[in-house]
Amino acid sequence: MSVQSPAPTRSAPHGAPRAPRRVGFSQRLSRWDFKLSPYLYISPFFIIFAITGLFPLIYTAFVSVYDWKLLGGQGDFIGMQNYTDVLSQATFWKSLRNTFSIFALSSVPQVLVAIVLAALLDQNLRAKTFWRMGVLLPYVVAPVAVGLIFGRMFADQSGLINSWLGAFGVDPIRWHVDPLASHVAIASMVNFRWTGYNTLIFLAAMQAVPRELYEAAIIDGAGRVRQFFSVTVPQIRATVIFVILTSTIGGLQIFDEPRVFDAAGRGGASQQWMTTTLYLYDVGWGTQRNLGRAAAVAWLLFIVVVMIGLLNFAVTNRISSAGTGRPSRRQRRAAARSSRRSA
Amino acid sequence: MSSVPVIRQTAGPRAAKAASSRRGKTGGYNRRPGVVTYVLLGAAVLIGIGPIYYTLLLGSSDPVSLAQSPLPQLLPDASLFDNFSKVVNSDAFDFWKAFRNSLLVSLITAGATVLFSTLAGFSFAKLNFRGRGPLLVFVIATMAVPTQLGVIPLYIIMAKIGWIGTLQAVIVPALVTAFGVFWMTQYLQEALPYELIEAARVDGASMLRTFWSIAMPAARPAMAMLALFTFVTQWTNFFWPSIVLNPENPTLPVAVRLLQANYFVDYSLVMAGVFLVTLPLIVLFIFAGRQLVAGIMAGAVKG
Repeated sequence: MSVQSPAPTRSAPHGAPRAPRRVGFSQRLSRWDFKLSPYLYISPFFIIFAITGLFPLIYTAFVSVYDWKLLGGQGDFIGMQNYTDVLSQATFWKSLRNTFSIFALSSVPQVLVAIVLAALLDQNLRAKTFWRMGVLLPYVVAPVAVGLIFGRMFADQSGLINSWLGAFGVDPIRWHVDPLASHVAIASMVNFRWTGYNTLIFLAAMQAVPRELYEAAIIDGAGRVRQFFSVTVPQIRATVIFVILTSTIGGLQIFDEPRVFDAAGRGGASQQWMTTTLYLYDVGWGTQRNLGRAAAVAWLLFIVVVMIGLLNFAVTNRISSAGTGRPSRRQRRAAARSSRRSA
Repeated sequence: MSSVPVIRQTAGPRAAKAASSRRGKTGGYNRRPGVVTYVLLGAAVLIGIGPIYYTLLLGSSDPVSLAQSPLPQLLPDASLFDNFSKVVNSDAFDFWKAFRNSLLVSLITAGATVLFSTLAGFSFAKLNFRGRGPLLVFVIATMAVPTQLGVIPLYIIMAKIGWIGTLQAVIVPALVTAFGVFWMTQYLQEALPYELIEAARVDGASMLRTFWSIAMPAARPAMAMLALFTFVTQWTNFFWPSIVLNPENPTLPVAVRLLQANYFVDYSLVMAGVFLVTLPLIVLFIFAGRQLVAGIMAGAVKG
């Protein structure tokens, strides 16, 4: 009987004209809303990124195979000429060496100090937030400001550091002349700004370590130091890898601090602290004013960053997986020993 | 606690005694750390504050006393405000213009990054659409690409459309960040239950309404952190602004560099400038540092 009755449902095309159509319309609208909205919401990111990020990235490759001057603009196609030019410039290799040296001097002590600081913060401290904020404070000082401050502290003639060293009978170090000394000074700026930041990242990882593990370690008679090496470090290895990777990517692009280390900003009298990014700037906007060549530097730097990143990942992965195996074997042996003794 | 008898069975009475004495009245892992911890942390904080205070000292001294000793005095000198006013009225650059520029750049980029990242994060975290997975992977992949790689073409583009020397050249490339999108996606995945979205849709809310009334309130803490982060990043940004901006229209970091080039003989003025430029962020840090700390730590757990 229901078959013959005038359809009460929405699907009927001609029964009850007004209300169903309105429902249908708003439904259709809602369906479009449902389908299109996600794309609409992600589009600002993708559109702006495509124009200001992705396109320039690809365009760099294009620029790098042309003769392209800062003032003259696009010139002739010259193939790999820019690359061979850059690779045959001694300054490029020097800048690469400097970058690696500064990077090593900054990231290694930074990670070590950050882990130790995080372990100190990962205790039942009084005024927790105060200590956390205190450690992070240098992060808000602009790298340029850090560069100027430390450039003054490491001044060759009347610098604070040299006058302190003098108090201990150490001869003044020529921070702005000696390559290694200048690398140490610049690395200390990087460490100043980033150690606290990395400390908090490590601290976050440490707080996620189950407290039972520490209770168990204490019961087993492990002291603070032993707990740190046998429980904390193996438990936060993923974060260690993350920090090493991010500081590698950042460390290989260092620019601000060496740029303001002296007033000229060209990496020292004989480019002894010129980093590769500073070299890129110098090629493009400084002495050579050659954007094509600078684009070649950018690509070469990119290849180096990717290679180091992959190498880094492989090495840290191996180290950390070796780290997981050892304590468990040790634990097994210890367990066996104690069971033998009690038997 | 019940753990002590358990130890007696497996590790013998000596270990149990050692453990219980260690746990003792202080209560196991939750005991308060000793003086050494506070001394070491205090030293770390002092090393962090030291250079900033040193800047204040140098910035408040005059060139004569600066020439006599690297550390002129232990308390800020009377010349401080004198030096400040010299920097503010310097002819090397227009201080207030630089300040306004920095504020404008930081505020606009922070606002835009937060809005666009929350929109995209909501979409990636809670909405189903074709290509969601690959697009999100793409966003994450872009986080690993060094930004400096694209600097030359970006400069060429800016030159072609005549933006060299203008603030747009600094602002527009910083309107969105892959990190922001990733950050909001991560946060909303956990902070926003599907039930809430479904309830809103059953009530007939449009997608935009759902975003505005359901997702935005849920995302507020993460939005605050992202805003702080972007603000700090842009305020301290130097590489790109130093390339596209000229001395007539600088941001503060670019202006500081101009100070260095102009007054490198009178370091008290340079340092007064450095301190002035650093001060706003330190004030911001004192008020919002707690959130910044929480943000870094929350990001680290998920990242």
